[in-house]
Amino acid sequence: MHRVFPLLVSRLTMGLAILLTLACVPVVGMTEATAASATEADLQTGLILLKQKRFAQKAEGVDALANSGDTLARSLLEALLNGRLFERKSDGLLVFVDTRGAELRIEDVLTGEMLEPIKKRQLRKIGINNALRTRIRAALATFDLSDPDPAVRLVAVNQMLDTLDPETTERLRGYLASESDPTVRDAMISAIHLANLSADDPALRLAAVEGLSGNLQPAVRNGLVALQSSSDDPELGAAVNEVLNGIDLRIQLYGLAETVFFGLSLGSVLVLAAIGLAITFGVMGVINMAHGELIMLGAYTTYVIQQLMPNAVGLSVLISIPAAFLVAGLVGILIERGVIRFLYGRPLETLLATFGISLILQQAVRSIFSPLNRSVATPDWMSGSLEINSVLSLTLNRLYILLFCFLVFSALYLILKRTSLGLQVRAVSQNRAMARAMGVRSARVDALTFGLGSGIAGVAGVALSQLTNVGPNLGQAYIIDSFMVVVFGGVGNLWGTLVAGLSLGVANKFLEPWAGAVLAKILVLVFIILFIQKRPRGLFPQKGRAAEG
Amino acid sequence: MKRSFSSTAAAACLSIAALSGSLTAAAQDTIKVGVLHSLSGTMAISETTLKDTMLMLIDEQNKKGGLLGKQLEAVVVDPASDWPLFAEKARDLLEKDKVAAVFGCWTSVSRKSVLPVFEELNGLLFYPVQYEGEESSKNVFYTGAAPNQQAVPAVDYLMNDIGVERWVLAGTDYVYPRTTNKILEAYLKAKGVAEEDIMINYTPFGHSDWQSIVADIKKFGSEGKKTAVVSTINGDANVPFYKELGNQGVSAEDIPVVAFSVGEEELSGLDTGPLVGHLAAWNYFMSVDSEINDEFITAWQGYIGSEDRVTNDPMEAHFIGFNMWVKAVEKAGTTDPTAVQDAIIGVSVPNLTGGWATMMPNHHITKPVLIGEIQADGQFETVWETPGLVVGDAWSDYLDGSKDLMADWMMPLSCGNYNVKTGKCSGQNM
Repeated sequence: MHRVFPLLVSRLTMGLAILLTLACVPVVGMTEATAASATEADLQTGLILLKQKRFAQKAEGVDALANSGDTLARSLLEALLNGRLFERKSDGLLVFVDTRGAELRIEDVLTGEMLEPIKKRQLRKIGINNALRTRIRAALATFDLSDPDPAVRLVAVNQMLDTLDPETTERLRGYLASESDPTVRDAMISAIHLANLSADDPALRLAAVEGLSGNLQPAVRNGLVALQSSSDDPELGAAVNEVLNGIDLRIQLYGLAETVFFGLSLGSVLVLAAIGLAITFGVMGVINMAHGELIMLGAYTTYVIQQLMPNAVGLSVLISIPAAFLVAGLVGILIERGVIRFLYGRPLETLLATFGISLILQQAVRSIFSPLNRSVATPDWMSGSLEINSVLSLTLNRLYILLFCFLVFSALYLILKRTSLGLQVRAVSQNRAMARAMGVRSARVDALTFGLGSGIAGVAGVALSQLTNVGPNLGQAYIIDSFMVVVFGGVGNLWGTLVAGLSLGVANKFLEPWAGAVLAKILVLVFIILFIQKRPRGLFPQKGRAAEG
Repeated sequence: MKRSFSSTAAAACLSIAALSGSLTAAAQDTIKVGVLHSLSGTMAISETTLKDTMLMLIDEQNKKGGLLGKQLEAVVVDPASDWPLFAEKARDLLEKDKVAAVFGCWTSVSRKSVLPVFEELNGLLFYPVQYEGEESSKNVFYTGAAPNQQAVPAVDYLMNDIGVERWVLAGTDYVYPRTTNKILEAYLKAKGVAEEDIMINYTPFGHSDWQSIVADIKKFGSEGKKTAVVSTINGDANVPFYKELGNQGVSAEDIPVVAFSVGEEELSGLDTGPLVGHLAAWNYFMSVDSEINDEFITAWQGYIGSEDRVTNDPMEAHFIGFNMWVKAVEKAGTTDPTAVQDAIIGVSVPNLTGGWATMMPNHHITKPVLIGEIQADGQFETVWETPGLVVGDAWSDYLDGSKDLMADWMMPLSCGNYNVKTGKCSGQNM
């Protein structure tokens, strides 16, 4: 078994090293303690323990730092949580490292002095695990209870719900007296009620149960459920039941609202992807299989713009919207002028030709940007969620995309109904010969219409870059869905596309928990096929002469 | 002469080989090594890196004087992510180019496609990726992890060290996740986990709308018992999945996700901020602190000419597989496949985590199992590892069909699926 040997030896040497450093801890502590306060000693112990390899020792280090109450301890813990705390391999010096720039910025933890930049592999990161992360957050939460910002205090209180013990409850009681913000006060009172659920005094327990009525925190519900099964006091049991029923009813209601939101947001993505197609396919009658790739181009435009301005993520996304419109629109016009205009009235050939174009565009992107997916950063104001309460939160990126979808729809609607281009587009699509007789240059209108539809696809790409992978295959995933929405909504009708997209999204989300993601999609597809049998022209059929033609 | 990632003993052997090599007249001709990785199509993302790894390893070996006094020559072919083409290219490599060994394949379906070719022509294939097990061929050497070297230890870690009581098994809908989840479900039930504490969910390839699934996981996990997600979600779909987890505020401290197909290479394409603390189970991490790993990373980044390129687990598997083959050829004194098949069993070479990998009689190797947490810089921090090495198990002990089967390619058994109950070799994978 000679193979096990090296491993064993390395273990032994490691253990020895730890023992030696541990032996040094009290010595350092004492020599420092003669000169400085106990805070300083805690801090020093914490620093040494943090550098150990074992997570258990690091945890002791975190506790020592938290106990020290030093301001440096707080920034140390934050850096540790954010992965910015490193040890210099050459001399074991603890440093803060900022890796964001091209060159590493290295700062001595104790003196705050900037050090000579060195290579990343010459530094060893102080690694943490989930258990430590929880501990650090709890430690930071106690710092946060005295934060001037009430929102931070509220988060800190809710953070403590899961790890309530007599000590933290006592601390909370202390803070409650001086708390001025009513929301934070309520949260603190709830936390104390929650702790009281396990009190010995029955009256106190009953008061706590009643005080928690309508509270939606998962920890509260779990506490009540635990009490329900363990308690043998009938009066208390009845009270717990009543409160729990009230909570469950509210959770169900909010669950329904959540599903509707999920459905609308899925629907808004479908509408965004399909609305450009509603113009090219719906209004012009061109089956454009490269529509998905135009979406992809929009997403890649976002990526390129973000590479050009790496320090302004939010601004770059905003600039990408017109840029993606232009890029995808120009490519669209190029496709129309170069290929499609020779194939009007021959749908099968158009289908094959545009399918070929879609493959060319995909391979072009592979060659230029590599087959690897590109990462597009999400701006801060689009990450996270709008928390309405602890069971219902609306994710911000989806919320913005829902709003964006309505914006794009209104803009497109206005262009078609209120501008002279829109008038000409409608004229050409309804009766080409008559429009030409009235002096409309139908070739130019065709190119511009196709450009408009393609440009909108590009804009959809910007939205999708915030939700999913930006890669060469991005477009393929959306082409089928887009056709589905346009056909279901009624060819040539923008309102139809909007209603169809949103209702398909909501239907999908209501089916999903019940049938699973794969089956839900199949069911929706089957429904559309049946629906088209009954109403071949979709939800909102186009009326008039063009429809018959 | 700079010695790179090789034990002193191996280097001594090599210098002798080099010495004799320079004296032999036959130094003119070369030994051919086939590299069968997709360089175009959907799998090019992952496989191109492995092709470069092989070229680097062959280059390094040649700098050390080659093998048996001859220089090695890489024959690179592109099966273009097209499974039938894999079989054709494999046949070309073995019949036309007469390669001594082939290093290649990524997906299980590509391996299944070339398997008959290698068995018919008696070639050697080194397969570097973690897979679902339930196979052992005389002609294939599995240098990636079997389920008992990745999935099962990861579940053990979550159960014993994190105290997880409720399980979400989420996967993409195809063979590897389905087989792995079947094994895990049987394993969890054997450990006494109740039916209602296991939630299984499959999604289509490239699934991008994870809202309701993440909301379900959140609900499933908020009922008081510690919950974890075991993810066999494939490639692309992971990005929107983790994004949705982050946006809905599911942090790794509340509900950790342990993934089996997310490595350094996959993470290099995305913003890891919201992923910090989620887990992955592998047999190697780039962040592993060992001298041999530092040398390997330096050599790789030097070869590829970029300090941003990462190393990952399948690269280590090729590193191990290649060195094992080299050692076996030296031991056998020839590149003849049958001689190498006999010689390679029992061969040990250093792995990159500071331990040793040994080729076992079932053509799987010994590996340490590491669990790592994703860090903000896209690297993994090892939080747990198996105390010793784990031997790869070709046939799972937790599935009805395969628990009585074993593989042993040494005489007198020489069988890939010997049934210990009936005492018969069923003949599959012979």
